[in-house]
Amino acid sequence: MTGERLNDVSGDVSGEVSTAGAVVAGDRVEPEAPVGAALPRDEPGGQADTKPRNNRAWFLVLPVVVSVAFTAVIPLMTVVNFSVQDIFSPTDRIFVGLDWFRSVSRDPEVRAAFVRTLLFSAQVLLLEIPLGVAIAVSMPRHGLGVPVALVLVALPLLIPWNVVGTIWQIFARGDIGLGGWTINNVLGVNFNYTLDSTDAWITVLIMDVWHWTPLVALLAYAGLRSIPEPYFQAAQIDAASGWATFRHIQLPRLRGVLTIAILLRFMDSFMIYTEPFVVTGGGPGNATSFLSILLSKIAVGQFDLGPAGAFSLLYFLTVQIVSYVFFTVLTRTGR
Amino acid sequence: MPAKASPVAVAAGIRRQLPWARTVFWLYAATLMLPLLWMFGMSIRPNEDILGSFALIPQRVTFENYQTFFTDPVWYSSYLNSIIYTSMNAVLSLIVALPAAYAFSRFRFAGDRFLFFWLLTNRMAPPAVFLLPFFQIYQSVGLFDTHLGVAIAHMLFNVPLAVWILEGFMSGIPREIDETAAIDGYSLPRFFVRIFLPMIRSGIGVTLFFCFMFSWVELLIARTITSVDAKPIAATMTRTVSAAGVDWGLLAAAGVLTIIPGAIVIWFVRNYVAKGFALGRV
Repeated sequence: MTGERLNDVSGDVSGEVSTAGAVVAGDRVEPEAPVGAALPRDEPGGQADTKPRNNRAWFLVLPVVVSVAFTAVIPLMTVVNFSVQDIFSPTDRIFVGLDWFRSVSRDPEVRAAFVRTLLFSAQVLLLEIPLGVAIAVSMPRHGLGVPVALVLVALPLLIPWNVVGTIWQIFARGDIGLGGWTINNVLGVNFNYTLDSTDAWITVLIMDVWHWTPLVALLAYAGLRSIPEPYFQAAQIDAASGWATFRHIQLPRLRGVLTIAILLRFMDSFMIYTEPFVVTGGGPGNATSFLSILLSKIAVGQFDLGPAGAFSLLYFLTVQIVSYVFFTVLTRTGR
Repeated sequence: MPAKASPVAVAAGIRRQLPWARTVFWLYAATLMLPLLWMFGMSIRPNEDILGSFALIPQRVTFENYQTFFTDPVWYSSYLNSIIYTSMNAVLSLIVALPAAYAFSRFRFAGDRFLFFWLLTNRMAPPAVFLLPFFQIYQSVGLFDTHLGVAIAHMLFNVPLAVWILEGFMSGIPREIDETAAIDGYSLPRFFVRIFLPMIRSGIGVTLFFCFMFSWVELLIARTITSVDAKPIAATMTRTVSAAGVDWGLLAAAGVLTIIPGAIVIWFVRNYVAKGFALGRV
């Protein structure tokens, strides 16, 4: 793995890496990413093939499989069971095949919510990933600023989601909340998230950016800190611009952490429920009625288990497919 | 020219960031704190002042909300419940994830890529319908309304993440170390505990932080499989609506207090995050 990461940059600053490394080799200790140890694996085709094949490794993963399957398998079967039946009462149910899947996938309300959720996820990723990386780049690197910055940035992540909703419900209110009040009275823009659908959307989006950009920032910061100093020295000797250094040295090394960040942010934003439910309840009208909110209206509100089960499975499948595409693209590009 | 310069000067030159970057960061951090400070402001005001009119600085300061929190057993016991099951979850997730992450980082085995993605898919189930059977499962095995029950249920989404993070750290350790230890006569378990674990201790710290965080903030699952004895603080906070309306002050006080345990955890792992990790996988 280390070998391949080195490949990402060695194409751009080849030769210089070793020159610069030699200059400072004496005073650097790099236990986490031993550049020297990785060199022998530098050939193309590298480490992936050198891992020994050993099916006894399954014994090591067994505890994980058991612990996750305990909570995962039965609910999945139950939902599949719901989705193919019309349930009138616990004893009175008929098998309807794929009817619910057909009706759910053609339902205009579901389709509208799907588009809305997709748009929300896209906006979340486009805002939070670049912003998170930018924050990580500008975060302090040494001194007392480091722990202070880390704790401050992490705080929004540590608040229960319904509390995040509650905070923003008040904070964005035009009459008694700082955020809403400032927009109305200082900026002079009429802002009311309970009446105006655009304002409601913006409130939910800003809340999500506030809440989750720190996750991207923390991961990206850790990724940046893992880059050995010689890389930067090589770039400097090459007189690389700040942007070139970022593009060819920092960004490739961020691939691992950004893969996690993008996947987590996609999944969680596509399934966002608690926060918008608390703040807007899906309204005004249907403005912030995301798939999860619509689903829980059908499942819990109307208790239509058949359609809700089919809806859940289609929803689940969509998240999986998109995540799989992200996962494959992110782990394969630039190899 | 920098090749002739002293290493210190070179390092200083490299570490130089645009001067405004740091300022922008602290401005961002201040903005980030605004909603939290507002919540803190609410927690020390009486309810009439919160809903009465807009005021930047509280007119009357009261600690009554915090007092209520710490004297009412429903509040403080659910706070403790959350701390207990969250800690249990972090430890359990770590214990099962360590060997699995080692397997993923060191070996190829039948279906490894598929298995890894299957683990991740467990974070992707939309809760509304999937939660219905949870109640029955945990009821039937006697884990309903227990701390262990919530800890196990939260492993559903924390274990995959733990495996992923740990695997990233483990892949950063060259396999030659495993081989050398084997030649020196270390058995795999002994090598793992005595040599390998100390080498990835930053990874363990970071993993514990993320497990703690995701378990602490989760509400829907925890609320579904608990009623009284293991009820999470977040669930208690959904029940502050009374005949007199929402008790915003108390809610804000509880909100402020829910940040503290996580802040303590991040304080302990700050050095591991600052030291950096790259988490390359597959």
